[in-house]
Amino acid sequence: MGSTETTTPAPREGQERDTHDLAGLEAGLDALDTVQTGRPPLRETLVQKVLPPVTAVVLVLVVWQILVWVKVTDGYKLPAPDAVWQEVENAWLQGTLLEYIWTSVSRGMFGFLMALAIGTPLGLIVARIKFVRAAIGPILSGLQSLPSVAWVPPAVIWLGLNDKMMYAVILLGAVPSIANGLVSGVDQVPPLFLRAGRTLGATGLRGTWHIVMPAALPGYLAGLKQGWAFSWRSLMAAEIIAQSPDLGMGLGQLLEAGRTNSSMSQVFLAILLILIVGIAIDLIVFSPLERWVLRSRGLLVKS
Amino acid sequence: MGTTLTKAPESAAHTVDAAGVAARIEHVSKSFATPAGQQLVLDDITLDVRQGEFVTLLGASGCGKSTLLNLVAGLDRPSAGAIATDGRPALMFQEHALFPWLTAGKNIELALKLRGLPKAERRPRTEELLTLVRLDGAYGKRVHELSGGMRQRVALARALAQDSKLLLMDEPFAALDAITRDVLHDELSRIWRETGVSVLFVTHNVREAVRLAQRVVLLSSRPGRVAHEWTVDIEQPRRIEDAAVAELSVEITEELRGEIRRHGQH
Ligand SMILES: Nc1ncnc2c1ncn2[C@@H]1O[C@H](COP(=O)(O)OP(=O)(O)OP(=O)(O)O)[C@@H](O)[C@H]1O
Ligand SMILES: [Mg+2]
Repeated sequence: MGSTETTTPAPREGQERDTHDLAGLEAGLDALDTVQTGRPPLRETLVQKVLPPVTAVVLVLVVWQILVWVKVTDGYKLPAPDAVWQEVENAWLQGTLLEYIWTSVSRGMFGFLMALAIGTPLGLIVARIKFVRAAIGPILSGLQSLPSVAWVPPAVIWLGLNDKMMYAVILLGAVPSIANGLVSGVDQVPPLFLRAGRTLGATGLRGTWHIVMPAALPGYLAGLKQGWAFSWRSLMAAEIIAQSPDLGMGLGQLLEAGRTNSSMSQVFLAILLILIVGIAIDLIVFSPLERWVLRSRGLLVKS
Repeated sequence: MGTTLTKAPESAAHTVDAAGVAARIEHVSKSFATPAGQQLVLDDITLDVRQGEFVTLLGASGCGKSTLLNLVAGLDRPSAGAIATDGRPALMFQEHALFPWLTAGKNIELALKLRGLPKAERRPRTEELLTLVRLDGAYGKRVHELSGGMRQRVALARALAQDSKLLLMDEPFAALDAITRDVLHDELSRIWRETGVSVLFVTHNVREAVRLAQRVVLLSSRPGRVAHEWTVDIEQPRRIEDAAVAELSVEITEELRGEIRRHGQH
Protein backbone atom coordinates (compact mmCIF):
# COMPACT_ATOMS: atom_id res chain seq x y z
CA MET A 1 0.00 0.00 0.00
CA GLY A 2 0.94 3.59 -0.51
CA SER A 3 3.77 3.04 -2.94
CA THR A 4 4.77 6.55 -3.80
CA GLU A 5 5.85 7.90 -7.14
CA THR A 6 8.21 10.82 -7.03
CA THR A 7 9.45 11.95 -10.34
CA THR A 8 10.88 15.33 -11.15
CA PRO A 9 8.52 16.87 -13.64
CA ALA A 10 9.84 18.51 -16.76
CA PRO A 11 10.50 22.22 -16.28
CA ARG A 12 7.40 24.15 -17.25
CA GLU A 13 6.34 27.69 -17.77
CA GLY A 14 4.79 29.74 -14.99
CA GLN A 15 1.26 28.99 -14.01
CA GLU A 16 0.00 32.44 -15.04
CA ARG A 17 0.81 31.69 -18.61
CA ASP A 18 -0.79 28.29 -18.27
CA THR A 19 -4.14 29.64 -17.18
CA HIS A 20 -4.04 32.23 -19.91
CA ASP A 21 -3.50 29.58 -22.57
CA LEU A 22 -6.23 27.51 -21.03
CA ALA A 23 -8.77 30.33 -21.18
CA GLY A 24 -8.00 30.86 -24.85
CA LEU A 25 -8.24 27.17 -25.66
CA GLU A 26 -11.50 26.92 -23.82
CA ALA A 27 -12.99 29.94 -25.55
CA GLY A 28 -12.05 28.36 -28.90
CA LEU A 29 -13.66 25.05 -27.98
CA ASP A 30 -16.80 26.77 -26.78
CA ALA A 31 -17.09 28.78 -29.97
CA LEU A 32 -16.56 25.72 -32.17
CA ASP A 33 -18.98 23.59 -30.25
CA THR A 34 -21.85 25.89 -29.61
CA VAL A 35 -25.08 25.11 -31.39
CA GLN A 36 -26.50 27.99 -33.35
CA THR A 37 -30.24 28.31 -33.04
CA GLY A 38 -32.57 30.86 -34.50
CA ARG A 39 -36.10 31.25 -35.76
CA PRO A 40 -36.87 30.67 -39.42
CA PRO A 41 -37.65 33.83 -41.46
CA LEU A 42 -41.27 34.92 -41.88
CA ARG A 43 -41.41 34.10 -45.61
CA GLU A 44 -40.36 30.53 -44.93
CA THR A 45 -43.02 30.16 -42.22
CA LEU A 46 -45.69 31.45 -44.61
CA VAL A 47 -44.73 29.07 -47.38
CA GLN A 48 -44.27 26.04 -45.12
CA LYS A 49 -47.01 26.52 -42.52
CA VAL A 50 -49.74 28.72 -44.00
CA LEU A 51 -49.84 27.82 -47.67
CA PRO A 52 -50.63 24.07 -47.34
CA PRO A 53 -53.76 24.41 -45.13
CA VAL A 54 -55.05 27.33 -47.22
CA THR A 55 -54.67 25.20 -50.34
CA ALA A 56 -56.54 22.35 -48.66
CA VAL A 57 -59.46 24.62 -47.66
CA VAL A 58 -59.72 26.09 -51.15
CA LEU A 59 -59.71 22.60 -52.62
CA VAL A 60 -62.54 21.48 -50.33
CA LEU A 61 -64.60 24.55 -51.31
CA VAL A 62 -64.02 23.87 -55.00
CA VAL A 63 -65.05 20.22 -54.71
CA TRP A 64 -68.09 21.23 -52.67
CA GLN A 65 -69.18 23.78 -55.29
CA ILE A 66 -68.70 21.24 -58.09
CA LEU A 67 -70.82 18.68 -56.23
CA VAL A 68 -73.58 21.30 -55.93
CA TRP A 69 -73.32 22.18 -59.62
CA VAL A 70 -73.59 18.61 -60.82
CA LYS A 71 -76.56 18.16 -58.44
CA VAL A 72 -75.14 15.09 -56.79
CA THR A 73 -78.06 15.16 -54.31
CA ASP A 74 -81.15 17.22 -53.49
CA GLY A 75 -80.63 20.88 -52.71
CA TYR A 76 -81.98 20.61 -49.14
CA LYS A 77 -79.42 17.94 -48.33
CA LEU A 78 -76.41 19.77 -49.69
CA PRO A 79 -76.61 23.55 -49.56
CA ALA A 80 -74.33 25.59 -51.81
CA PRO A 81 -71.30 27.27 -50.21
CA ASP A 82 -72.77 30.71 -50.86
CA ALA A 83 -76.02 29.69 -49.09
CA VAL A 84 -73.97 28.89 -46.00
CA TRP A 85 -72.07 32.13 -46.43
CA GLN A 86 -75.47 33.87 -46.57
CA GLU A 87 -76.26 32.35 -43.16
CA VAL A 88 -72.98 33.69 -41.79
CA GLU A 89 -73.77 37.14 -43.13
CA ASN A 90 -77.31 37.14 -41.74
CA ALA A 91 -76.17 36.00 -38.33
CA TRP A 92 -73.43 38.61 -38.39
CA LEU A 93 -75.83 41.40 -39.41
CA GLN A 94 -78.31 40.37 -36.71
CA GLY A 95 -75.46 40.39 -34.22
CA THR A 96 -76.14 36.81 -33.19
CA LEU A 97 -73.05 35.21 -34.71
CA LEU A 98 -70.69 36.30 -31.98
CA GLU A 99 -73.36 35.61 -29.40
CA TYR A 100 -73.61 31.95 -30.45
CA ILE A 101 -69.86 31.60 -30.38
CA TRP A 102 -69.41 33.43 -27.11
CA THR A 103 -72.13 31.45 -25.33
CA SER A 104 -70.37 28.19 -26.14
CA VAL A 105 -66.76 29.37 -25.84
CA SER A 106 -67.28 31.04 -22.47
CA ARG A 107 -69.00 27.90 -21.19
CA GLY A 108 -66.29 25.68 -22.61
CA MET A 109 -63.47 27.81 -21.25
CA PHE A 110 -64.96 28.13 -17.80
CA GLY A 111 -65.59 24.40 -17.69
CA PHE A 112 -62.07 23.75 -18.90
CA LEU A 113 -60.57 25.97 -16.20
CA MET A 114 -62.55 24.09 -13.58
CA ALA A 115 -61.33 20.80 -15.06
CA LEU A 116 -57.80 22.19 -14.87
CA ALA A 117 -58.19 23.10 -11.22
CA ILE A 118 -59.48 19.62 -10.39
CA GLY A 119 -57.46 17.51 -12.82
CA THR A 120 -54.04 18.93 -11.89
CA PRO A 121 -53.95 18.07 -8.19
CA LEU A 122 -55.76 14.82 -8.93
CA GLY A 123 -53.12 13.84 -11.51
CA LEU A 124 -50.33 14.76 -9.15
CA ILE A 125 -51.78 12.67 -6.35
CA VAL A 126 -52.35 9.68 -8.62
CA ALA A 127 -48.83 9.97 -10.02
CA ARG A 128 -47.09 10.34 -6.67
CA ILE A 129 -49.05 8.19 -4.25
CA LYS A 130 -48.85 4.48 -5.02
CA PHE A 131 -52.01 3.50 -3.19
CA VAL A 132 -54.12 6.12 -4.95
CA ARG A 133 -52.67 5.11 -8.29
CA ALA A 134 -53.52 1.46 -7.74
CA ALA A 135 -56.99 2.46 -6.55
CA ILE A 136 -58.16 4.93 -9.19
CA GLY A 137 -55.46 4.97 -11.90
CA PRO A 138 -57.18 2.33 -14.08
CA ILE A 139 -60.61 3.94 -13.62
CA LEU A 140 -59.17 7.28 -14.66
CA SER A 141 -57.68 5.96 -17.87
CA GLY A 142 -60.82 3.93 -18.54
CA LEU A 143 -62.98 7.04 -18.21
CA GLN A 144 -60.93 8.61 -20.97
CA SER A 145 -62.32 6.17 -23.49
CA LEU A 146 -65.95 6.65 -22.36
CA PRO A 147 -67.69 9.01 -24.83
CA SER A 148 -68.71 11.97 -22.70
CA VAL A 149 -72.12 12.14 -24.38
CA ALA A 150 -72.96 9.15 -22.21
CA TRP A 151 -72.90 11.48 -19.21
CA VAL A 152 -75.58 13.78 -20.58
CA PRO A 153 -78.69 11.73 -19.62
CA PRO A 154 -77.63 11.12 -16.00
CA ALA A 155 -76.45 14.71 -15.67
CA VAL A 156 -79.83 15.98 -16.85
CA ILE A 157 -81.60 13.75 -14.35
CA TRP A 158 -79.33 14.71 -11.45
CA LEU A 159 -78.92 18.40 -12.11
CA GLY A 160 -81.74 19.40 -14.46
CA LEU A 161 -81.56 21.37 -17.69
CA ASN A 162 -79.19 24.11 -16.66
CA ASP A 163 -75.58 25.33 -16.84
CA LYS A 164 -74.57 23.12 -13.91
CA MET A 165 -75.37 20.07 -15.97
CA MET A 166 -73.23 21.38 -18.85
CA TYR A 167 -70.29 21.93 -16.55
CA ALA A 168 -70.70 18.50 -15.00
CA VAL A 169 -70.49 16.92 -18.46
CA ILE A 170 -67.44 19.00 -19.37
CA LEU A 171 -65.69 18.04 -16.13
CA LEU A 172 -66.39 14.37 -16.60
CA GLY A 173 -64.95 14.60 -20.09
CA ALA A 174 -61.89 16.76 -19.41
CA VAL A 175 -60.70 15.91 -15.91
CA PRO A 176 -59.54 12.37 -16.79
CA SER A 177 -57.57 13.66 -19.79
CA ILE A 178 -55.83 16.36 -17.82
CA ALA A 179 -55.06 14.06 -14.90
CA ASN A 180 -53.83 11.28 -17.16
CA GLY A 181 -51.63 13.68 -19.13
CA LEU A 182 -49.99 14.79 -15.92
CA VAL A 183 -49.57 11.21 -14.72
CA SER A 184 -47.81 10.16 -17.91
CA GLY A 185 -45.76 13.36 -17.83
CA VAL A 186 -44.61 12.53 -14.32
CA ASP A 187 -43.90 8.92 -15.28
CA GLN A 188 -41.66 10.09 -18.08
CA VAL A 189 -39.51 12.35 -15.92
CA PRO A 190 -35.95 11.00 -16.30
CA PRO A 191 -34.81 9.48 -12.98
CA LEU A 192 -31.56 11.41 -13.39
CA PHE A 193 -33.43 14.68 -12.82
CA LEU A 194 -35.00 13.30 -9.66
CA ARG A 195 -31.61 12.19 -8.35
CA ALA A 196 -30.01 15.49 -9.30
CA GLY A 197 -32.87 17.28 -7.56
CA ARG A 198 -32.43 15.21 -4.43
CA THR A 199 -28.73 15.96 -4.19
CA LEU A 200 -29.58 19.65 -4.52
CA GLY A 201 -32.00 19.29 -1.62
CA ALA A 202 -35.25 19.27 -3.58
CA THR A 203 -37.24 16.62 -1.73
CA GLY A 204 -40.92 16.32 -0.89
CA LEU A 205 -43.05 19.27 -1.96
CA ARG A 206 -40.02 21.28 -3.03
CA GLY A 207 -39.01 18.42 -5.29
CA THR A 208 -42.52 18.31 -6.75
CA TRP A 209 -42.57 22.04 -7.38
CA HIS A 210 -39.03 22.58 -8.64
CA ILE A 211 -38.31 19.31 -10.40
CA VAL A 212 -41.29 17.04 -11.03
CA MET A 213 -43.79 19.63 -12.27
CA PRO A 214 -41.49 21.44 -14.71
CA ALA A 215 -40.02 18.15 -15.93
CA ALA A 216 -43.53 16.79 -16.53
CA LEU A 217 -44.71 19.92 -18.32
CA PRO A 218 -44.62 18.54 -21.89
CA GLY A 219 -46.83 15.58 -20.96
CA TYR A 220 -49.06 17.84 -18.91
CA LEU A 221 -49.52 20.20 -21.85
CA ALA A 222 -50.43 17.31 -24.13
CA GLY A 223 -53.06 16.36 -21.52
CA LEU A 224 -54.37 19.92 -21.43
CA LYS A 225 -54.69 19.97 -25.18
CA GLN A 226 -56.63 16.76 -25.16
CA GLY A 227 -58.59 17.99 -22.16
CA TRP A 228 -59.71 21.03 -24.13
CA ALA A 229 -60.74 18.88 -27.09
CA PHE A 230 -62.77 16.71 -24.72
CA SER A 231 -64.31 19.75 -23.00
CA TRP A 232 -65.41 21.14 -26.32
CA ARG A 233 -66.83 17.85 -27.54
CA SER A 234 -68.68 17.18 -24.28
CA LEU A 235 -70.12 20.65 -24.32
CA MET A 236 -71.41 20.28 -27.87
CA ALA A 237 -72.99 16.93 -27.00
CA ALA A 238 -74.64 18.53 -23.97
CA GLU A 239 -75.86 21.55 -25.93
CA ILE A 240 -77.36 19.45 -28.70
CA ILE A 241 -79.28 17.29 -26.27
CA ALA A 242 -80.26 19.93 -23.75
CA GLN A 243 -82.58 22.44 -25.36
CA SER A 244 -84.11 25.03 -23.07
CA PRO A 245 -84.75 28.76 -23.43
CA ASP A 246 -82.87 29.39 -20.18
CA LEU A 247 -79.70 27.93 -21.64
CA GLY A 248 -79.35 30.53 -24.37
CA MET A 249 -78.25 29.79 -27.90
CA GLY A 250 -74.89 28.08 -28.09
CA LEU A 251 -73.41 26.40 -31.14
CA GLY A 252 -74.86 23.03 -30.18
CA GLN A 253 -78.33 24.53 -29.82
CA LEU A 254 -77.86 26.28 -33.15
CA LEU A 255 -77.11 22.95 -34.77
CA GLU A 256 -80.15 21.29 -33.24
CA ALA A 257 -82.34 24.26 -34.20
CA GLY A 258 -81.12 23.93 -37.79
CA ARG A 259 -82.21 20.32 -37.78
CA THR A 260 -85.69 21.04 -36.42
CA ASN A 261 -86.08 23.91 -38.94
CA SER A 262 -84.85 21.61 -41.71
CA SER A 263 -82.36 24.32 -42.60
CA MET A 264 -79.32 22.53 -43.91
CA SER A 265 -77.38 25.74 -44.39
CA GLN A 266 -77.86 26.53 -40.71
CA VAL A 267 -76.69 23.03 -39.78
CA PHE A 268 -73.63 23.55 -41.94
CA LEU A 269 -73.02 26.92 -40.37
CA ALA A 270 -73.16 25.40 -36.88
CA ILE A 271 -70.83 22.54 -37.78
CA LEU A 272 -68.42 24.94 -39.41
CA LEU A 273 -68.38 27.23 -36.39
CA ILE A 274 -67.86 24.33 -33.98
CA LEU A 275 -64.94 23.15 -36.09
CA ILE A 276 -63.43 26.59 -36.47
CA VAL A 277 -63.65 27.40 -32.77
CA GLY A 278 -62.01 24.08 -31.88
CA ILE A 279 -59.17 24.69 -34.31
CA ALA A 280 -58.80 28.34 -33.37
CA ILE A 281 -58.46 27.68 -29.64
CA ASP A 282 -55.85 25.06 -30.38
CA LEU A 283 -53.95 27.39 -32.71
CA ILE A 284 -54.19 30.44 -30.47
CA VAL A 285 -53.67 28.88 -27.06
CA PHE A 286 -52.27 25.38 -27.01
CA SER A 287 -49.99 25.09 -30.01
CA PRO A 288 -47.96 28.22 -29.19
CA LEU A 289 -47.71 27.10 -25.56
CA GLU A 290 -46.54 23.64 -26.54
CA ARG A 291 -44.07 24.96 -29.10
CA TRP A 292 -42.68 27.47 -26.66
CA VAL A 293 -42.07 24.75 -24.06
CA LEU A 294 -40.47 22.40 -26.56
CA ARG A 295 -38.37 25.09 -28.19
CA SER A 296 -37.04 26.44 -24.91
CA ARG A 297 -35.89 22.90 -24.06
CA GLY A 298 -34.35 22.28 -27.45
CA LEU A 299 -36.85 19.52 -28.15
CA LEU A 300 -38.40 21.06 -31.24
CA VAL A 301 -36.86 19.30 -34.21
CA LYS A 302 -36.74 21.53 -37.23
CA SER A 303 -37.96 19.76 -40.31
CA MET B 1 -16.26 11.98 16.17
CA GLY B 2 -19.37 12.66 14.13
CA THR B 3 -19.76 9.18 12.78
CA THR B 4 -23.40 8.33 12.40
CA LEU B 5 -24.88 4.94 11.96
CA THR B 6 -26.88 4.27 8.87
CA LYS B 7 -29.99 3.49 10.87
CA ALA B 8 -31.06 7.11 10.69
CA PRO B 9 -29.38 8.65 7.69
CA GLU B 10 -32.08 11.22 7.02
CA SER B 11 -31.92 12.86 10.39
CA ALA B 12 -28.32 12.83 11.44
CA ALA B 13 -26.07 11.19 8.87
CA HIS B 14 -24.59 14.36 7.54
CA THR B 15 -22.94 15.58 10.68
CA VAL B 16 -19.83 17.69 10.63
CA ASP B 17 -16.73 15.69 11.20
CA ALA B 18 -14.35 17.36 13.58
CA ALA B 19 -11.23 15.42 12.70
CA GLY B 20 -10.52 17.11 9.37
CA VAL B 21 -12.25 14.37 7.45
CA ALA B 22 -14.70 15.26 4.69
CA ALA B 23 -16.06 11.75 4.32
CA ARG B 24 -15.58 8.66 6.43
CA ILE B 25 -16.63 5.36 4.96
CA GLU B 26 -16.40 2.60 7.54
CA HIS B 27 -16.85 -1.09 6.80
CA VAL B 28 -19.51 -0.34 4.24
CA SER B 29 -21.14 -3.21 2.40
CA LYS B 30 -23.93 -3.08 -0.08
CA SER B 31 -25.90 -5.87 -1.64
CA PHE B 32 -28.79 -5.77 -4.06
CA ALA B 33 -31.64 -8.21 -4.30
CA THR B 34 -31.55 -9.86 -7.71
CA PRO B 35 -33.55 -12.74 -9.16
CA ALA B 36 -30.50 -14.90 -8.48
CA GLY B 37 -30.50 -13.93 -4.80
CA GLN B 38 -28.56 -11.31 -2.89
CA GLN B 39 -25.71 -9.91 -4.92
CA LEU B 40 -22.89 -8.44 -2.86
CA VAL B 41 -21.61 -5.40 -4.75
CA LEU B 42 -19.51 -3.64 -2.13
CA ASP B 43 -17.73 -5.58 0.58
CA ASP B 44 -16.34 -3.96 3.70
CA ILE B 45 -15.09 -0.71 2.18
CA THR B 46 -13.20 1.55 4.54
CA LEU B 47 -12.00 4.84 3.15
CA ASP B 48 -11.46 8.38 4.38
CA VAL B 49 -11.40 11.52 2.29
CA ARG B 50 -9.57 14.22 4.21
CA GLN B 51 -10.64 17.81 4.06
CA GLY B 52 -9.32 19.42 0.91
CA GLU B 53 -8.11 16.12 -0.46
CA PHE B 54 -8.56 14.94 -4.05
CA VAL B 55 -9.14 11.18 -4.20
CA THR B 56 -9.92 9.21 -7.32
CA LEU B 57 -11.74 5.93 -7.17
CA LEU B 58 -10.66 3.59 -9.90
CA GLY B 59 -12.09 0.27 -10.94
CA ALA B 60 -13.33 -1.89 -13.76
CA SER B 61 -16.79 -1.36 -15.18
CA GLY B 62 -19.50 -2.62 -12.85
CA CYS B 63 -17.28 -2.88 -9.77
CA GLY B 64 -19.57 -0.66 -7.73
CA LYS B 65 -18.03 2.80 -8.03
CA SER B 66 -21.33 4.52 -8.72
CA THR B 67 -22.99 2.49 -6.00
CA LEU B 68 -20.43 3.70 -3.48
CA LEU B 69 -20.80 7.30 -4.61
CA ASN B 70 -24.57 7.09 -4.33
CA LEU B 71 -24.18 5.81 -0.78
CA VAL B 72 -21.88 8.70 0.13
CA ALA B 73 -24.33 11.11 -1.50
CA GLY B 74 -27.13 9.71 0.65
CA LEU B 75 -29.18 8.60 -2.36
CA ASP B 76 -29.10 5.04 -1.10
CA ARG B 77 -28.36 3.29 2.18
CA PRO B 78 -25.57 0.82 2.85
CA SER B 79 -26.50 -2.72 3.85
CA ALA B 80 -23.91 -2.59 6.59
CA GLY B 81 -21.38 -0.12 7.91
CA ALA B 82 -21.51 3.62 8.36
CA ILE B 83 -20.88 6.70 6.29
CA ALA B 84 -20.32 10.12 7.77
CA THR B 85 -19.87 13.24 5.72
CA ASP B 86 -19.21 16.85 6.56
CA GLY B 87 -22.54 18.28 5.47
CA ARG B 88 -24.50 17.16 2.45
CA PRO B 89 -22.14 16.36 -0.43
CA ALA B 90 -22.59 17.73 -3.93
CA LEU B 91 -22.82 15.17 -6.70
CA MET B 92 -21.94 15.49 -10.36
CA PHE B 93 -22.98 12.84 -12.86
CA GLN B 94 -21.58 11.55 -16.12
CA GLU B 95 -24.54 13.20 -17.85
CA HIS B 96 -24.72 16.88 -17.06
CA ALA B 97 -28.15 16.47 -15.41
CA LEU B 98 -28.89 20.15 -15.94
CA PHE B 99 -32.59 20.98 -15.98
CA PRO B 100 -33.56 21.85 -19.56
CA TRP B 101 -36.47 24.04 -18.46
CA LEU B 102 -34.06 26.46 -16.83
CA THR B 103 -31.26 28.56 -18.28
CA ALA B 104 -27.67 27.85 -17.27
CA GLY B 105 -27.80 30.65 -14.71
CA LYS B 106 -31.16 29.57 -13.31
CA ASN B 107 -29.88 26.04 -12.83
CA ILE B 108 -27.19 27.42 -10.56
CA GLU B 109 -29.62 29.77 -8.84
CA LEU B 110 -31.94 26.87 -8.07
CA ALA B 111 -29.12 25.16 -6.18
CA LEU B 112 -28.50 28.39 -4.25
CA LYS B 113 -32.20 28.74 -3.51
CA LEU B 114 -32.55 25.18 -2.28
CA ARG B 115 -29.52 25.76 -0.09
CA GLY B 116 -31.39 28.68 1.47
CA LEU B 117 -29.34 31.59 0.17
CA PRO B 118 -31.33 34.86 0.38
CA LYS B 119 -32.77 36.01 -2.93
CA ALA B 120 -30.67 39.14 -3.22
CA GLU B 121 -27.42 37.20 -2.99
CA ARG B 122 -28.28 34.57 -5.57
CA ARG B 123 -27.67 36.48 -8.79
CA PRO B 124 -24.24 37.86 -7.78
CA ARG B 125 -23.16 34.46 -6.46
CA THR B 126 -24.31 32.83 -9.70
CA GLU B 127 -22.25 35.27 -11.74
CA GLU B 128 -19.26 34.51 -9.50
CA LEU B 129 -19.64 30.79 -10.07
CA LEU B 130 -20.02 31.25 -13.81
CA THR B 131 -16.81 33.27 -13.79
CA LEU B 132 -15.13 30.51 -11.79
CA VAL B 133 -15.91 27.98 -14.54
CA ARG B 134 -15.09 30.62 -17.16
CA LEU B 135 -18.58 30.98 -18.54
CA ASP B 136 -19.22 34.67 -18.01
CA GLY B 137 -22.12 35.67 -20.19
CA ALA B 138 -23.68 32.20 -20.26
CA TYR B 139 -26.30 33.11 -17.63
CA GLY B 140 -29.21 33.30 -20.07
CA LYS B 141 -28.15 30.40 -22.27
CA ARG B 142 -30.44 27.41 -22.59
CA VAL B 143 -28.90 24.05 -21.82
CA HIS B 144 -29.30 22.79 -25.40
CA GLU B 145 -27.43 25.82 -26.68
CA LEU B 146 -24.29 24.84 -24.79
CA SER B 147 -21.58 22.44 -25.93
CA GLY B 148 -20.86 19.26 -23.99
CA GLY B 149 -17.90 20.82 -22.23
CA MET B 150 -19.84 23.94 -21.34
CA ARG B 151 -22.68 21.86 -19.93
CA GLN B 152 -20.32 19.99 -17.65
CA ARG B 153 -18.84 23.28 -16.49
CA VAL B 154 -22.31 24.61 -15.68
CA ALA B 155 -23.00 21.34 -13.87
CA LEU B 156 -19.76 21.83 -11.94
CA ALA B 157 -20.77 25.38 -11.08
CA ARG B 158 -24.16 24.11 -9.92
CA ALA B 159 -22.49 21.48 -7.75
CA LEU B 160 -20.18 24.12 -6.30
CA ALA B 161 -23.21 26.32 -5.65
CA GLN B 162 -24.24 23.89 -2.94
CA ASP B 163 -21.19 25.05 -1.05
CA SER B 164 -20.55 21.51 0.13
CA LYS B 165 -17.28 20.53 1.72
CA LEU B 166 -17.27 17.42 -0.43
CA LEU B 167 -17.73 17.13 -4.15
CA LEU B 168 -18.57 13.69 -5.53
CA MET B 169 -17.97 13.22 -9.23
CA ASP B 170 -19.12 10.13 -11.13
CA GLU B 171 -17.14 9.95 -14.38
CA PRO B 172 -18.11 13.51 -15.17
CA PHE B 173 -15.90 13.81 -18.24
CA ALA B 174 -16.31 10.33 -19.72
CA ALA B 175 -18.59 11.47 -22.51
CA LEU B 176 -16.39 14.34 -23.68
CA ASP B 177 -13.84 14.38 -26.47
CA ALA B 178 -10.17 14.18 -25.50
CA ILE B 179 -9.28 17.86 -25.94
CA THR B 180 -12.30 19.11 -24.03
CA ARG B 181 -11.65 16.57 -21.30
CA ASP B 182 -8.05 17.72 -21.04
CA VAL B 183 -9.17 21.33 -20.66
CA LEU B 184 -11.69 20.36 -18.01
CA HIS B 185 -9.00 18.49 -16.07
CA ASP B 186 -7.03 21.72 -15.92
CA GLU B 187 -10.11 23.62 -14.85
CA LEU B 188 -11.06 21.12 -12.19
CA SER B 189 -7.53 21.13 -10.76
CA ARG B 190 -7.54 24.93 -10.67
CA ILE B 191 -10.99 25.12 -9.07
CA TRP B 192 -10.06 22.46 -6.54
CA ARG B 193 -6.98 24.49 -5.52
CA GLU B 194 -8.92 27.75 -5.44
CA THR B 195 -11.90 26.51 -3.44
CA GLY B 196 -10.26 23.96 -1.17
CA VAL B 197 -13.16 21.56 -1.69
CA SER B 198 -12.59 17.84 -1.09
CA VAL B 199 -13.18 15.70 -4.15
CA LEU B 200 -14.03 12.04 -4.52
CA PHE B 201 -13.75 11.41 -8.25
CA VAL B 202 -14.83 8.17 -9.90
CA THR B 203 -13.31 7.07 -13.18
CA HIS B 204 -12.13 4.02 -15.04
CA ASN B 205 -9.55 6.03 -16.90
CA VAL B 206 -6.22 5.40 -15.15
CA ARG B 207 -4.42 8.41 -16.60
CA GLU B 208 -7.26 10.69 -15.64
CA ALA B 209 -7.09 9.33 -12.11
CA VAL B 210 -3.35 9.98 -11.86
CA ARG B 211 -3.56 13.33 -13.60
CA LEU B 212 -6.03 14.67 -11.05
CA ALA B 213 -5.56 12.97 -7.72
CA GLN B 214 -3.49 13.16 -4.62
CA ARG B 215 -4.51 9.64 -3.89
CA VAL B 216 -5.75 6.88 -6.19
CA VAL B 217 -7.87 4.08 -4.73
CA LEU B 218 -8.30 0.93 -6.76
CA LEU B 219 -11.47 -1.11 -6.22
CA SER B 220 -11.60 -4.78 -7.04
CA SER B 221 -14.65 -6.25 -8.74
CA ARG B 222 -17.33 -8.60 -7.50
CA PRO B 223 -17.40 -7.82 -4.74
CA GLY B 224 -15.89 -4.34 -4.68
CA ARG B 225 -13.12 -4.06 -2.13
CA VAL B 226 -10.29 -1.59 -1.73
CA ALA B 227 -7.56 -3.45 -3.59
CA HIS B 228 -4.75 -0.95 -3.56
CA GLU B 229 -3.95 2.68 -2.86
CA TRP B 230 -1.34 5.03 -4.30
CA THR B 231 -0.30 8.46 -3.14
CA VAL B 232 0.45 10.65 -6.13
CA ASP B 233 3.28 13.06 -5.41
CA ILE B 234 3.69 14.44 -8.89
CA GLU B 235 3.98 18.19 -8.80
CA GLN B 236 0.99 20.32 -9.83
CA PRO B 237 0.12 21.60 -12.36
CA ARG B 238 0.26 18.33 -14.21
CA ARG B 239 -0.52 17.35 -17.74
CA ILE B 240 -2.02 14.08 -18.80
CA GLU B 241 0.93 13.50 -21.14
CA ASP B 242 3.57 14.04 -18.41
CA ALA B 243 6.13 11.25 -18.17
CA ALA B 244 5.56 10.90 -14.43
CA VAL B 245 1.81 10.55 -14.95
CA ALA B 246 2.41 7.93 -17.61
CA GLU B 247 4.82 5.99 -15.45
CA LEU B 248 2.49 5.68 -12.48
CA SER B 249 -0.41 4.96 -14.84
CA VAL B 250 1.45 1.97 -16.22
CA GLU B 251 1.93 0.59 -12.74
CA ILE B 252 -1.70 1.11 -11.78
CA THR B 253 -2.96 -0.30 -15.07
CA GLU B 254 -0.91 -3.42 -14.46
CA GLU B 255 -2.56 -3.81 -11.06
CA LEU B 256 -6.02 -3.16 -12.52
CA ARG B 257 -5.45 -5.78 -15.20
CA GLY B 258 -4.36 -8.21 -12.55
CA GLU B 259 -7.62 -7.58 -10.69
CA ILE B 260 -9.64 -8.17 -13.84
CA ARG B 261 -7.63 -11.27 -14.77
CA ARG B 262 -8.37 -12.87 -11.40
CA HIS B 263 -12.01 -13.12 -12.47
CA GLY B 264 -11.16 -15.10 -15.57
CA GLN B 265 -9.46 -17.80 -13.54
CA HIS B 266 -12.52 -19.27 -11.95
N1 LIG C 1 -30.31 -0.95 -8.03
C1 LIG C 1 -29.58 -2.05 -8.34
N2 LIG C 1 -30.14 -3.27 -8.29
C2 LIG C 1 -29.44 -4.38 -8.60
N3 LIG C 1 -28.15 -4.38 -8.96
C3 LIG C 1 -27.53 -3.19 -9.04
C4 LIG C 1 -28.21 -1.96 -8.74
N4 LIG C 1 -27.34 -0.94 -8.91
C5 LIG C 1 -26.18 -1.50 -9.29
N5 LIG C 1 -26.28 -2.84 -9.38
C6 LIG C 1 -25.21 -3.77 -9.73
O1 LIG C 1 -24.09 -3.42 -8.98
C7 LIG C 1 -22.92 -3.53 -9.74
C8 LIG C 1 -22.12 -2.27 -9.65
O2 LIG C 1 -22.80 -1.23 -10.31
P1 LIG C 1 -22.20 0.23 -10.41
O3 LIG C 1 -23.10 1.03 -11.29
O4 LIG C 1 -21.96 0.76 -9.06
O5 LIG C 1 -20.81 -0.02 -11.14
P2 LIG C 1 -19.74 1.03 -11.66
O6 LIG C 1 -18.45 0.66 -11.04
O7 LIG C 1 -20.23 2.40 -11.45
O8 LIG C 1 -19.71 0.70 -13.20
P3 LIG C 1 -19.46 1.65 -14.45
O9 LIG C 1 -17.98 1.84 -14.55
O10 LIG C 1 -20.00 0.87 -15.58
O11 LIG C 1 -20.20 2.91 -14.20
C9 LIG C 1 -23.33 -3.90 -11.14
O12 LIG C 1 -23.09 -5.27 -11.33
C10 LIG C 1 -24.80 -3.61 -11.18
O13 LIG C 1 -25.45 -4.53 -11.99
MG1 LIG D 1 -20.85 4.00 -12.76
